[in-house]
Amino acid sequence: MAAVLALTAVGLSLVFGVMRVVNVAHGEFYMLGAVVAWFVTYYLPFPPALAWGAALLIAPIVVGALAALADITILKRLKYDPEATIVATIGLLYILQQAALTFYGPDARPVPAPFNWRIQFPWFGYSGYKLFVVAAAAAILLGVWLFMTRTKAGLIMRATQVDMETARAFGINVDRVYAGTFALGAALAAAAAVLIVPIQQAHYLMGHDPLLLSFIVVIIGGLGSIRGTLIAALLIGLSDGVISMFYAPTLAKIIATLLVAMVLVFRPQGLFGARA
Amino acid sequence: MTGGAKVLWLHLAVVALLFAAQFVLPQYHATNLARIMVLAVYAMGYNIAFGYTGLLSLGHALFFAAGMYAMGLPLWHLGWMPIPALILGLVAGGVVAGAVGLLALRTAGVSFMIVTLMFAQAGYLTLLYLNTATGGDEGFVIDRANRIIAGTDLATDTPRFLAALGLYATAMLICLWLVRSPFGRVMVAMRENEERSRMLGYNPFQVKLTALVISGLYAGAAGAAYGLLFGYVGATFATIQYSILPMLYVLMGGAGTVLGPLLGAAMMFYLIDIASGFTDAWLFVVGAALVVLILFAPKGVLGTMRERGLKWLP
Amino acid sequence: MAALMQTEHLCRHFGGLRAVDDVNFRLDQGEIHALIGPNGAGKTTFVSLLSGRVPVQSGRILLAGEDITHLPAHARVKKGIAYTFQITSVYPRLTVFDNVALAAQSAGAKPLKPAVAAALKRVNLTGFDDDLAGNLSYGHQRLLEVAMGLALQPRVLILDEPTQGLAAGEIEGFKALVRSLVPATTVLLIEHNMDVVMDLATRITVLNFGQVLASGTPDQIRANPDVQDAYLGGHDD
Repeated sequence: MAAVLALTAVGLSLVFGVMRVVNVAHGEFYMLGAVVAWFVTYYLPFPPALAWGAALLIAPIVVGALAALADITILKRLKYDPEATIVATIGLLYILQQAALTFYGPDARPVPAPFNWRIQFPWFGYSGYKLFVVAAAAAILLGVWLFMTRTKAGLIMRATQVDMETARAFGINVDRVYAGTFALGAALAAAAAVLIVPIQQAHYLMGHDPLLLSFIVVIIGGLGSIRGTLIAALLIGLSDGVISMFYAPTLAKIIATLLVAMVLVFRPQGLFGARA
Repeated sequence: MTGGAKVLWLHLAVVALLFAAQFVLPQYHATNLARIMVLAVYAMGYNIAFGYTGLLSLGHALFFAAGMYAMGLPLWHLGWMPIPALILGLVAGGVVAGAVGLLALRTAGVSFMIVTLMFAQAGYLTLLYLNTATGGDEGFVIDRANRIIAGTDLATDTPRFLAALGLYATAMLICLWLVRSPFGRVMVAMRENEERSRMLGYNPFQVKLTALVISGLYAGAAGAAYGLLFGYVGATFATIQYSILPMLYVLMGGAGTVLGPLLGAAMMFYLIDIASGFTDAWLFVVGAALVVLILFAPKGVLGTMRERGLKWLP
Repeated sequence: MAALMQTEHLCRHFGGLRAVDDVNFRLDQGEIHALIGPNGAGKTTFVSLLSGRVPVQSGRILLAGEDITHLPAHARVKKGIAYTFQITSVYPRLTVFDNVALAAQSAGAKPLKPAVAAALKRVNLTGFDDDLAGNLSYGHQRLLEVAMGLALQPRVLILDEPTQGLAAGEIEGFKALVRSLVPATTVLLIEHNMDVVMDLATRITVLNFGQVLASGTPDQIRANPDVQDAYLGGHDD
């Protein structure tokens, strides 16, 4: 769970770090990933493993493309004004959510896991798939990190993050970078959803919790700092499990949300971020 | 007629029109109008914080619900009379807003938005968690007997409409007075250029807190009234949706105008009403409206009118 | 003449950069005091410390003997320090009237309209009341800034590069305006335009690398070899 959360949150953090916009609809990209995965596995007549694998490839691309479209048509026109984009992404949230409701229906539907495999340790059994999820998420995150630090495209993104105007002066097409970043953020969320969907089910409201959790993670880790986001995701993902063991889940959520508010008020940089 | 008098007459005319509406409209629509008017009070409160002072809050549902529950719980558990309960609701909205503001106003912009959102979420979850006291997810219905003030049963149409109208008219006229007062000017100055305002001797924190508390009073009053007039108190009113709705009303009608919230509330209410007739996914309309508005008409109906010629509209 | 404002060992640095370094400064009641120095000398930082926009790291600031070092900016304004921005900072979407009214009502002027009218008259902007501030010409916006400063009824008016971007005729008018302000108001002026400085100032302080290089009357400053080297283009020996 923590791994998937990390993946989703990194997507959000990336978008905020580079574009300085808060994407409230991020949870819906996650949800769309799951929904697309369902469509893919349902309609493609492949054996589960292959179908799921296809979904893992297709969903992020589809959702990413959708995100890029949203960026080009809406966000760019708003010139990325922070408050306006928040309002717009809230609108986007409802549009996506309700579109899913219309086309996909209100039920939660399962997606078959690519493989069923239990590892039996002497002291606890653990679903092989969950381990696979962690591994896959880690692999994707590693890929993203390599991309950001080693490739030219990643360098361009980081440059734009530091100073948009200077980047533009250097001939970097900022608009395309932004569209690409937005798409990448969404794709990460979608990928996370595809990974988790065999364990949970695909449901049109499933974007809500990941959104809040991602927000919490990104803020505590520090807006714009990927490293902080990762560490915070681990902390929160794991502690979420721990707290739920001791307290009722609702109370846990109350504590978590208040904690986030307090962090923002008293330590706006989070754990690792620079002042946004 | 001087500018000042013209403005006053316009707003009084609106009140008169609303009053007349109850005789002209079929009952379904008149009751809708009552709902709209109360929601408009909520939106006006939001407008004071957002439209005039520039505070983008996503936590106003907390103040609305605070008012609603501060009114409803004493009625239900403690056997209070309606009028003190309403007043408690009003005060609760202001107090909660003040408490939230003391913390949240240490941040600005995006952070402020997130902090208010978090507080509202925490509030909502608390309502659910304490469900024996609050009725949790289902909420609770207000006894018919409790909805009688001074002998008039507010559950019947005409008294309900008049009560809503009375609330709206009072709130609207106070708002009009506020935005044209020196403090109103300061609110706008704070929104337009905070640093400059500080260098003119205004304490940004104090000004914003005051605006937020006033906003909370409005929201609390609206919440309390809504619960009493329509007989139901529920946790759905504390959800994020109810923080977004006033923003939508204000954006549509015109942020920073006095009559904007009413217009926006009416338009959106009917838009949603019509959409729900077609599909379960009426929130889609909400989303689409938000996007369209922010892209093409960020000033809303009255705001755009004010830009294009009606400069004197407050 | 009584000292209206004083600083003692005032310091402010940003990381390794010592923007204001142990500055002892004195502003006398009723004078026009000019603050000059090369770019980056710390003039705007110093003035920001005085007005409260930037917090002090060490040292003291006194206003008429009262220690205001830790007073927030808006409180200092209420105590009588007014600051006009280097980069014009009026409210472009508000009318000229509203701009000045905001200043006047902060100073507690009742009734409001005459106070606004008086301030506008002093800067020769009468009749612009209903215009949007953003629509004014640059020179007029600068004047509006000064009007807002005046409407605050300050004891000290700090003007940060006020003649920047003004045409020659406007500068003359500006000089006359400043002369009309003293001795009721005390003026502290940051300026690069040496003609204006030499013409207007009763005393001049020269800053260089965050430190006070010299302080005195215009003649003294003109004759000072260090100042000539640092700022006026070298000296003859």
